Amino acid sequence: MRFTFDGRPLQGEPGDTLAAALLRNGVRVVGRGVESGRPRGVFSAGPEEPNALVRVGADPMLAATTVELYDGLEAWSLSGKGRVDLGAADDRRCDKGYLHCDVLVVGGGPAGLAAAAAARGARVILLDDQPRLGGDLLNSRVLLDGAPALDWVDSLDLSGVRVLTRTTAVGYHDHGYVVAVERRARGERLWHIRARRVVLATGAHERSLAFPGNDRPGVMLASAARAYVNRYGVLPGRRAVVFACADSGYEAAGDLRAAGVEIAAIVDPRPEGLTADALAGQVVTGTTAGPDGVLTGVRVGERHIEADLLAVAGGWNPAVHLFSQSQGRVRFDEASQAFVPHVSAQAERSAGACRGLYGTREAIADGHAAGREAAGSAARELRVPECDERPPRPPAALWLVDGDGDEPAFADLHRDVTVADLARATGTGMRSVEHVKRYTTAGTGADQGKTSGAVVVGVMSALLGTTPGQVGTTTFRPPYTPVSFATLAGRDRGALSDPVRTTAMHASHVAAGAVFEDVGQWKRPRYFPLDGEPMEAAVQRECRAARTSVAAMDASTLGKIDVRGADAGVFLDRIYTNMYSTLAVGACRYGLMCRADGMVFDDGTTTRLADDHYLMTTTTGNAAAVLDWLEEWRQTEWPRLDVSLTSVTDHWATVVVAGPKARRVIAAVAPGALGLPFMRYAETDVLGVPGRVFRISFSGELAYEVNVPWPYGRALWEAVLGLGAVPYGTEAMHVLRAEKGFAIVGQETDGTVTPHDLGMSWIVSPRKPDFVGRRSHARPDTARDGRKRLVGLLADDPATPIEEGAQLVRGGPGAPMLGHVTSGYASAALGRTFALAMVRDVVPGDRLTAVSGTAAHGVTVVEPVLYDPDNARRDGDPLEEDAPALLGGLPARESPAAAFAGRFAAASGPSARLRELPFEPMWEVRGADPGVGLRLGPSWWLVAGDAVPGPGWVDVSGQRTILELSGPAADDVLITGCPVDLHPDVFPGHAQTFLGKTSVILERRTSGVYRIHVRSSFTSYLAEWLLDAILAL
Amino acid sequence: MLLLDCPHCGPRDENEFHYGGQAGVPYPQAPAELSDQEWAAYVFLRDNPKGWFRERWFHTHGCRTWFTVERHTVTHEIRKAP
Repeated sequence: MRFTFDGRPLQGEPGDTLAAALLRNGVRVVGRGVESGRPRGVFSAGPEEPNALVRVGADPMLAATTVELYDGLEAWSLSGKGRVDLGAADDRRCDKGYLHCDVLVVGGGPAGLAAAAAARGARVILLDDQPRLGGDLLNSRVLLDGAPALDWVDSLDLSGVRVLTRTTAVGYHDHGYVVAVERRARGERLWHIRARRVVLATGAHERSLAFPGNDRPGVMLASAARAYVNRYGVLPGRRAVVFACADSGYEAAGDLRAAGVEIAAIVDPRPEGLTADALAGQVVTGTTAGPDGVLTGVRVGERHIEADLLAVAGGWNPAVHLFSQSQGRVRFDEASQAFVPHVSAQAERSAGACRGLYGTREAIADGHAAGREAAGSAARELRVPECDERPPRPPAALWLVDGDGDEPAFADLHRDVTVADLARATGTGMRSVEHVKRYTTAGTGADQGKTSGAVVVGVMSALLGTTPGQVGTTTFRPPYTPVSFATLAGRDRGALSDPVRTTAMHASHVAAGAVFEDVGQWKRPRYFPLDGEPMEAAVQRECRAARTSVAAMDASTLGKIDVRGADAGVFLDRIYTNMYSTLAVGACRYGLMCRADGMVFDDGTTTRLADDHYLMTTTTGNAAAVLDWLEEWRQTEWPRLDVSLTSVTDHWATVVVAGPKARRVIAAVAPGALGLPFMRYAETDVLGVPGRVFRISFSGELAYEVNVPWPYGRALWEAVLGLGAVPYGTEAMHVLRAEKGFAIVGQETDGTVTPHDLGMSWIVSPRKPDFVGRRSHARPDTARDGRKRLVGLLADDPATPIEEGAQLVRGGPGAPMLGHVTSGYASAALGRTFALAMVRDVVPGDRLTAVSGTAAHGVTVVEPVLYDPDNARRDGDPLEEDAPALLGGLPARESPAAAFAGRFAAASGPSARLRELPFEPMWEVRGADPGVGLRLGPSWWLVAGDAVPGPGWVDVSGQRTILELSGPAADDVLITGCPVDLHPDVFPGHAQTFLGKTSVILERRTSGVYRIHVRSSFTSYLAEWLLDAILAL
Repeated sequence: MLLLDCPHCGPRDENEFHYGGQAGVPYPQAPAELSDQEWAAYVFLRDNPKGWFRERWFHTHGCRTWFTVERHTVTHEIRKAP
């Protein structure tokens, strides 16, 4: 396999890591110290690597010890810090997935394999970060039952176990939630795994210790040297010194010797060596290097031993990272000189080396016990094989070797933190390892202290004259290994990064060249420019049309809530500040609702459709919050009221027809509504389709809100425009309402404004005993004088715009701020600019200064209603004789996913098929069980298909559409975005949950056939998401 | 990501829910008769214990049911509210 390193062409072998391939080519210097600039070499053979960090493609910083070599790989060294190459092509397709299991086993070494094999009667997932199972057995020459250990691995029965190799568990969160990254050639997959029980078999990391010159290329962990010779057939040196603080050093020496490396010396600080030739009771006191900084020899006291490899066996650190993340507590074990798991916080059990059991046979036996325990009655028996290992002796309690010269001794290789740095920290009086970490940055590098953590604690204990157990560890935080943002984002990028909600008319707006603005997740036309018209000109033109002729706006995004039940009026009386129980059937009323603190929460018009039936509208951005708010009061405070709430926001497409000539349009689309008085409603045919028309005005002009079910929305919109209505967007809508002094919740209000502050005391009923928020209006702070109130402002210069957010002061610089501008526009009707503001202690006629940045403009306070204060324009012009006749013929209907039919067909294949089931009649049913349909909640059903609706059923046919996903890969598509467990034993047949980033009702019709009920406005998003998921299969 | 046991839907991920704060804080019977302090206590003051806490959750993206559980604020252990 050919690859390049810093542009140098090199050759590696299949199965190599990049680090193994570099060593194979004799590359000794792979990077430089981030602070010191000292040359550094490969130090480890795993994810703990502090030195060999490289950039590969768009990945700015990877450990070469974890990068699998492939033909054509291009790697670049880093001097410690990663650099993002913005020009790098990133063609990865990262993804995520949700998995569920009874037993999750993390680690496929001897303990983990035994655990998975023992637990395999249950639902088991086994994760391992290597390309093949075996863990440390891949790196060793140990024999099990007299045969190579990998024969035992291959003989294990793991049938039924979901095995994920090349997968690293990076986070262990609450309630058995483990996040893992699977490395795939086309891009990583982030697995979200929910496990009933977890067996951690994460092994142990060998550690180094701090001695002078311990950072030279050629100094390597003994276990890594052993892995390179045994697993990769690579000699990391020709002549080695082994620093054996633990017996694993002797094993490494044996394996190195067997591979042809000359062992110049084994240095063992303990009084007795394991072999006769060991230099017992001695320590490595320094190293020497050539001009390139690479190791040439090792000092042991007065002796200098020539060597190009120093293999350090400092003892083992159990990999307690995930255990710690699960909130388990560790303790320091004096015998093994290491932090080991102590008290578990979750349904978790550590097994094998990660709890300090280093022998292979011990680990297998422990893993077997852990797997059996986790699987309970589903457990299987496993024979523990015999092993040729000798039990290890306790390691030397040695963390630090003092030098006699200037040569630094490093505690953290990646952050270039030396013993002297740690001494400086403790010398300033720091005693906490957390303080020392922050002061020195030890443990904050790419390896997050995997090689340095224990050394820092050990050195600190030596410096402070205490024990490592008393110093303690720093917190182990997720992720265990670095995770790229691309991995976390998965497919939620670009157009899929956040759901976009669209109305039934959206395609028409796009075709018309509308400029959109985001309102919540909705795309709303802000204005409709003609021929490159600038925004201000377009908005003035749109406003002029609404004030002098007829204009139309897509108002489908307003929240609509169907309120039913004998107590619906009482319920609304308690929620709104004004009365609804006395509202006549067929009448509309504008209302404000407050939070318990008395501040305005939302507004809108509510209409009484029947004695026990109202339709509430909410602001676009607050629709979901208002529905939640109503549901909270209904369920938790007033459960005895007979009232039910159903969202019909997406069911109805709404066109506002506004302007003195609006009747011309209504005569042609909904003549049954022509006679409607102001604030009245009619259930009438619209283009021959049953619809609803409300005579409501948010502009002060004659206006109608015309509603048809979603599939007819586009036809209605295009018919209205065809009749001469000028389309207007949210910007013109804002200007028109501001001219009339109408406040917008979220624009004039910010959660600190009462109805009285808005000058709307008239809407607060004095007759009602109570409503939510009423008592707060009598609190001293809300009732006091001197609160900010809504006013209008006119600039001295009628052409000067008054900026939103400008601060209002009386007098010059240094004067206290009295308030701020909430809305500022140029008005075609007024022929000048104007603004609305919230300001205290002013009366009309007062002169203020509006300050914004460096600009300051003189303004005069006026009443907030600047246009038509007597409401003379409300009824518009009478219908002219030449008015167009009723449009004939039924309008075209269009289902929410109609535009996707071709792409659905093209993406469908043998593994997955996708299609829309359009125009399905649907109802939501509350109360008694209708005996058909899907039960969505207590007393809540969805009935779809051919049914005869019962009394009180709410028609929601346009609220959702149905996408059918089928085929053998349907589950594989769904698990990339659906967090619930789809296992046939667990999934109840249907569920309301998430798919991607939107709520759905997911219904399994038969095995491999799903109906996805999605809100109509989210259909385009979900269709794109599903197509993307199928392409990623 | 907590795992909450919805009484209707069973165990679901936390992000399907909306947190409802302390349970057992009823809307006062007669707000007009309360002193400013008493009313402010209802609107603004909630317990914040270290340990077991009765709290409300709303299954926003599921069955839309409000329910009460006990959660240990240190360990996140969750148990059925009595």
